[in-house]
Amino acid sequence: MVALVLVIITSFVFTGLIIRTKSIVSGRKGPGIFQPVKNVWVLLNKGIVYSGISGPITRMAPVVVLASIVVASLMVPVAGFKPLISFNGDFILFAYLLALSRFMMIIAAFDTGSSFEGMGASREALYGMLLEPAIFVLIAGLVVLTGKFSMSALFSLPVDTGNNLIYGIIISYIIGNITLVENSRVPVDDPKTHLELTMIHEVMVLDTSGFNLALIQLTSFLKFAVFGGLIASTIIPNNLPAAWRLILFFIVQALFGIIIGIVESFRTRFRMNRNQQYILTVTLISMIFFVVIFFSKNIF
Amino acid sequence: MFFSGKMIYLLLFLFVTALLVMTPRRKVALSFAGISIFLVTIVSSIVSIKALISANTDSGSFLQFIQANISSLIICDKLSAFFILIIDFTVVSGFLYSIGYLKPYLKNKPEAWIKLHYLALVWLHASMIMVPLFRNGFWFLTVWEIMTLSSFILVIFDFDAKGTLKAGLSYLLQMHVGMIFILGALVISSKGFKSVSFNNLESFFQNNSNWPVFLLFFIGFGLKAGFFLLHTWLPDAHPAAPSHVSGIMSGVMIKLGIYGILRVTTYLVNDLAAIGITVIVLSAITGLFGVMMAILQHDIKKLLAYHSIENIGIIGLGIGLGIYGTATGNIMVSIVGYAGALLHTLNHSLFKSLLFYSAGSVINQLHTRNVNKMGGLMRLMPYTAWAFLIGSIAISGLPPFNGFISEFLIYTSLFNGIGNPEFYPLIVIFIAMLSLVLIGGLALLCFTKVFSIVFLGQPRTGYDEKPVEVKKIMILSKVLPVVPIILIGILPFLIIKPLMSLTGSIFGIAGTIPDVSLYEPMKFVSFGAVTLLLLVLIILIIRALVVNRNRIHVGPTWGCGYTAVNAKQQYTAASFIQEYTALTKPLIKTGFSNLNYNEDELFPEKREFHTHSDDFIKSRLIFKPADFIINLLRRAAIFQTGRLQHYILYLLLFLLLIFLLTFLKLI
Repeated sequence: MVALVLVIITSFVFTGLIIRTKSIVSGRKGPGIFQPVKNVWVLLNKGIVYSGISGPITRMAPVVVLASIVVASLMVPVAGFKPLISFNGDFILFAYLLALSRFMMIIAAFDTGSSFEGMGASREALYGMLLEPAIFVLIAGLVVLTGKFSMSALFSLPVDTGNNLIYGIIISYIIGNITLVENSRVPVDDPKTHLELTMIHEVMVLDTSGFNLALIQLTSFLKFAVFGGLIASTIIPNNLPAAWRLILFFIVQALFGIIIGIVESFRTRFRMNRNQQYILTVTLISMIFFVVIFFSKNIF
Repeated sequence: MFFSGKMIYLLLFLFVTALLVMTPRRKVALSFAGISIFLVTIVSSIVSIKALISANTDSGSFLQFIQANISSLIICDKLSAFFILIIDFTVVSGFLYSIGYLKPYLKNKPEAWIKLHYLALVWLHASMIMVPLFRNGFWFLTVWEIMTLSSFILVIFDFDAKGTLKAGLSYLLQMHVGMIFILGALVISSKGFKSVSFNNLESFFQNNSNWPVFLLFFIGFGLKAGFFLLHTWLPDAHPAAPSHVSGIMSGVMIKLGIYGILRVTTYLVNDLAAIGITVIVLSAITGLFGVMMAILQHDIKKLLAYHSIENIGIIGLGIGLGIYGTATGNIMVSIVGYAGALLHTLNHSLFKSLLFYSAGSVINQLHTRNVNKMGGLMRLMPYTAWAFLIGSIAISGLPPFNGFISEFLIYTSLFNGIGNPEFYPLIVIFIAMLSLVLIGGLALLCFTKVFSIVFLGQPRTGYDEKPVEVKKIMILSKVLPVVPIILIGILPFLIIKPLMSLTGSIFGIAGTIPDVSLYEPMKFVSFGAVTLLLLVLIILIIRALVVNRNRIHVGPTWGCGYTAVNAKQQYTAASFIQEYTALTKPLIKTGFSNLNYNEDELFPEKREFHTHSDDFIKSRLIFKPADFIINLLRRAAIFQTGRLQHYILYLLLFLLLIFLLTFLKLI
């Protein structure tokens, strides 16, 4: 339960933190940290405009998308605090719930019969397909490392081995990159872009408004917090007292947000056809991680 | 042996049904077909349920009459029972569907042809049930052949359509090639025994190398199932067949190939590692190939047919893991792999028949299979659309439907194997895992494409006559598979225990792993699924409360400020997968028809544009050798002069040759 609460708390400030970092780095005054949450609140109270072509899918999709991410977040371990659901193989359910939300997003994009939204949907489907191996190979590596099968055990490294720092850095790097792709951030996608032709995520929700748009934004908040939580629980040692873990957790989450903000400030986004290579590179890095783990386990 | 009284019952059944179904009145014929299918279903289901719940692993008790007469031939063990139940379920829903589906054909097809179609359906049902029941080689091959022939009749129902007959013939020929392999394997393994039978495998495998004979069986049964390199009949036969037949064939008939492989697997004793690796690698390729080709298809039924290949690959992965787990002594890998394969067999029969029925309903209304000519059908055919959506989510292996559960089992098996410290086993498992993950992602790409293009947006080319929702009976036959799809998806912990004990008793590895290791996860999966549904419900209610009805407006789709958006500007199937096509270019050749205008063409004619993707296996493995043989035979045709004198000369030459050979003591 603590884990869920922590995830929800961090989810509210995460996006704000990124935006804040970006504005500070670029020398702007910028909005406050809670501005995204305020935006969501405003959206929740607004009316909805549906496209005349759209049908039940447009109405259902945002709801299913949010619900599936919420259920996925029930399984995320946070800095040694047990998640609500934890069982052998929960990462499969986790990954497939993310896939379910992607499925709904894609078909919702097509529901409006728009000439733009299909574009984003096409990219989302392809990138999602390319990204999934990265997640599973990373987890396979962790399975070899820990010999356990549940996320709460996998994403907390054994304390005694000396290589933890290296593992922690690699894992955080991989999850960080997965987060960037999953959440459609720079360098794969730019949430602040203003041209439909270059969007991925934003173009899929062009016709989503009001309450539904708020649901989609909440989803992306939660996704950040979920992946941040995974990173935090990987690199924070398990044997610390709870209070320390709590403090460290917030520090790690904040750092993660700030790093994403800085990355977004200094990095340009890729050309669309470069994204595939980028995502495959993430997969390759996870494979290298797997190989390293395997050899360190079995040969050295 | 051949006419030892017992065969009479089978002949009697075939004869009586033939007599009844071919009666003069069509309606009577139809009801006879229905009665026959339902009777066979009831009897066989009772038998198989009895076999499933009986503690005895070997044979289920049979109805009194049959027991007295043919029980020595028929053995209904749990593996048979499992497959029989799947067959019964799908055939019944397929029959109900066919009643509605064939209605438009009644006018323009000869009455006898319709009756023959139903007769073939009845025979297909009966023979499919017999296949898992017989162990005796002769009987097995007899019913196997009846199954092939009757399904051939079913496939070529629409014989005057382009390509149907060719597809049917290709199917028929390849099935017979497969039968030769099965026959060969059976004969080899029965050397020194009194009769040809699967039971001989037990002692044969103990005394001989398993791998070559297993390979023969695998090729024979794999041709039915549609494994990679053996699949070429499948993507042609399914689109050619009427949709209920595609549903039955893809849902259960190709699974009998899986049955055969599983049956042989139960006897295996040595060479397990080699066999396991072969099956895993072949299945991984099968799965990837199936889904990669499926994405490129614009013919909705061809797409679904390629997905059958993909799912056979997934089932094969489970079987391979089962064999391989036994080889390495990792019981968890083994039993969970087998269980995943069995459950996926069941699941695939459910969602694939559902998808074929839904696709059939669309085809029935639009008279085209090209997805690019569809669109916006969700508003016109809502029930069909929801059925297809459920099928799509289930086949992509997403929660909260049944496809997820079987993939979860196979993943569990894989991740249990990945802890293996040895290098080469690990590579195999790793490849299997990677391919399963990729298959999942690609299936999602494929089914978002087909669902979106067919059911969402606006009609891409306008419809000549407005499609309407299909008849009630066709909807009912879709509801039938939907119910278990949802039940298995949200209540998997109910089936996991019976499934594990079933798997354990079939493969002789019962009771070796604690139930908790899978029961616990399944309970949580179920919890997750229910939470998901509840959350959806709660958010929907909150939205209904918060957003007032009069604050919901309907406006035009955002067109970047451009309001006169028309249907042709929507994304099409080809544009949706454009980046994917570019990515797979080195592997799969796709092309498009030429659009260029010649200079001298003053008044250009209407051009048609279509893209196509070639199955390179088909062109290399089937067409090239076939062309070679045809050319060879064409050259040989110079002997066919049509003159009697020449033929008499040939006769003389032949006799001389025989004489010479005998003289030289060569024959």
